[in-house]
Amino acid sequence: MATKPVMLLLFSVIIITAFFTMASRKAAVVPSRLQFAGEAIYGFVRNGIGKDVIGEEFERFTPLLFAIFTFILTNNLFGVVPFMQFPTMSHIGFPVSITIFVYVVYHWVAIKKKGLGRYLKEMCFMPGVPKPIYVILAPVEFLTYFAVRPLTLAMRLFGNMFAGHLLLLLFTLGGQYMLKSAAFVKVFAILSFGLAIGLSFFEMGIECLQAYIFTLLAALYIAGALAEEH
Amino acid sequence: MKGTLSIVGFGLSTIGPGTATGLIFAAYINGVARQPEARSILQPIAFLGFALAEALAIFGLVLAFVLK
Repeated sequence: MATKPVMLLLFSVIIITAFFTMASRKAAVVPSRLQFAGEAIYGFVRNGIGKDVIGEEFERFTPLLFAIFTFILTNNLFGVVPFMQFPTMSHIGFPVSITIFVYVVYHWVAIKKKGLGRYLKEMCFMPGVPKPIYVILAPVEFLTYFAVRPLTLAMRLFGNMFAGHLLLLLFTLGGQYMLKSAAFVKVFAILSFGLAIGLSFFEMGIECLQAYIFTLLAALYIAGALAEEH
Repeated sequence: MKGTLSIVGFGLSTIGPGTATGLIFAAYINGVARQPEARSILQPIAFLGFALAEALAIFGLVLAFVLK
């Protein structure tokens, strides 16, 4: 069934594809303005997130990180675009599906590189810790890798988008309610609408930040899975 | 007055992460002010810490809606 979030999701894919196809079609040594914008976003993800965090093997994860970043960014920014005004990621299903993808990738990469036994051993028993501590540390580390990380990753994106959307709604509806009330209350309606507009810009910042944080954490988890020694 | 106690719980749960986020960015700003060239190294670390501290507030928000 085509609901609003799903339509927005499809729309975001079309936007991203169209933008980067146009940006890279007439690639030249002296870039056009559009090409420069596209390359700036790509360079930010490739160098700022991929290269700095993952290190040597970052090349093969760049497409994944870039896809995650642009996809989340576009879907989040729908929250402040007039007439759409709905961040797709404020429905828990969408962050969860992206998180499952990241979850499978970072475990798969580690198991492929180290083998299951060595991966679990390095995960639970980090070197340089007194032996009795392992009784507490091993279960905690295990839980961190298998439960806490995916939970927080999905929850953070969902919670931020949901709370931000709720906040905007609160001030807009509050202003509308105050307009219907007594005359002196109407003055405060202006304040409420003003705050809603101000918070929209604040939300824009949060939306970009959350896309960055999600990608950064995905890169960090992959880097942690690839690392040879803790 | 109407409402649920869960929302008060959410309010309380934001105190810790709020303080933590402030401390993390204070340390980040200090670091960059002392050594501006270390910015690119400090930035992912600061945002990682921020994200981890903020997760607790998000749990509070989710639980405030889940628990009736």
